[in-house]
Amino acid sequence: MIQVQGLHKSFGNLKVLKGIDLEVQKGEVVSVIGGSGSGKSTLLYCINAIEKIQKGKILVDGIDAHDKKTDKNKLRQKLGMVFQQWNSFPHLTVLENVTLAPRVVLGQTTKQAEDLAKQYLDHVGLGDKYDEYPTRMSGGQQQRLAIARTLAMKPSYMLLDEVTSALDPELVGEVLDTLRLLRKEGMTMICVTHEMAFAKEVSDRIAFVEKGIIEEIGDAHQVIENPANEKTQRFLSKVL
Amino acid sequence: MGDYQFHWIIVYQALPQMLKGTFVTLHVSLLSMFLGIIIAVFLSLGKMSETRILNIIPNIWIEIARNTPALFQIYMAYFGLGAFGIHLSPYVSVLSALVFINAGYLAETFRGGFQSIPSTQLIASRSLGMTRIKAYRYVVLPQMFRRVYHPMTNQFVWSILMSSLGILVGMGELSGETQRLQSLSFRTLEFFMVAAVLYYVVTKSVLLCSELISKKIFTGDI
Ligand SMILES: Nc1ncnc2c1ncn2[C@@H]1O[C@H](COP(=O)(O)OP(=O)(O)OP(=O)(O)O)[C@@H](O)[C@H]1O
Ligand SMILES: [Mg+2]
Repeated sequence: MIQVQGLHKSFGNLKVLKGIDLEVQKGEVVSVIGGSGSGKSTLLYCINAIEKIQKGKILVDGIDAHDKKTDKNKLRQKLGMVFQQWNSFPHLTVLENVTLAPRVVLGQTTKQAEDLAKQYLDHVGLGDKYDEYPTRMSGGQQQRLAIARTLAMKPSYMLLDEVTSALDPELVGEVLDTLRLLRKEGMTMICVTHEMAFAKEVSDRIAFVEKGIIEEIGDAHQVIENPANEKTQRFLSKVL
Repeated sequence: MGDYQFHWIIVYQALPQMLKGTFVTLHVSLLSMFLGIIIAVFLSLGKMSETRILNIIPNIWIEIARNTPALFQIYMAYFGLGAFGIHLSPYVSVLSALVFINAGYLAETFRGGFQSIPSTQLIASRSLGMTRIKAYRYVVLPQMFRRVYHPMTNQFVWSILMSSLGILVGMGELSGETQRLQSLSFRTLEFFMVAAVLYYVVTKSVLLCSELISKKIFTGDI
């Protein structure tokens, strides 16, 4: 379970998150929607302890993510993160992209890591690209590579930050299909997304964030089709 | 004018010694590159650090290395330190001067290389659970070294040519050895012409080798 309690985060004088409370149960998929600059990415970065927080608490399976004594690297192994820009490692082949962290972080042998990597690459539909270099692949393929690379660390949770918004429209589908697959397998996910239809389809709950505050959170269908909060209504009328 | 008699046979007989000098030249410049690269990585990281204290040494080092003559560095190492009771051999003097300069120049090259790598590469690595050191070791540094490979090769060639200043402190590298040999026979022109050819062959070979090596190790795109 991921528990975010009274989270405040600022960059210098700029208050970005102003008291976020959020609980995500094991097996649940929660989407976070909201306008640009509302603090959605920052929220994920705080959960992952990539960004420091000023106030509040984040517990991942009961472990305080921002406690000085917490091993951040251990914590991040539990929290797979995929970014808007896929960030493939350009100097490594597709297979090496996936095996790197399992080898150097988890200490798997090359053989072990490769067997596992191949499974995940097959899973996301890159079974014929093991020896390719990422820069020679499409954005959609690179994003699926990023997902496989994250899965190979066997995370308990996936944090997805607008994983389709940098893609050409015709490539969005293949990545969403991969996420649907994860959902079906019971992966716990927090998805920041601009794809409302997708959010409604795969999420259990949807949270609407504006100016660093969760203005509304509830059942996915309810939030999209029948938002209770005026601000949610205004946002949705603009994007739908 | 025009009636200089070339005598090559003496040079020919001295060739083994000249080749030995060539080996020392290659040896000292290779070692100066190796140590220079290692130090330069730390200097450039220090210079980029947001912790002010860590900027100090890199700043001073880089400024002096880039803005004073190599000759001065070698004299400082050989005669200057001698004044403090530290007596370095000619080889070590030249080596430390070259290391000092290589590190200074390469630090700036590396800084440019590091800055050309998107910070998201580091963030992505850290998000996979890598420590900062592992992220640098496996993701950032390999990409940085690709980008600075050619300037690094140039620095190596520079080191080979600059090691000829060893002649001033009586080091037995190619120039020093040539100087000693010609002083025995006074066939100055012949000896230094052959030395020039040897320098040319060495630097060309280095460039060729580095090209071959880069093809071998840098697969994929940057
Ligand atoms: N590293 C940073 N330093 C300073 N300000 C930052 C930093 N990262 C984000 N911000 C600011 O924090 C605010 C929230 O940014 P964030 O990226 O979390 O928004 P977002 O909801 O993800 O927006 P988008 O939909 O455009 O991705 C923005 O005003 C942004 O400029
Ligand atoms: Mg964002």
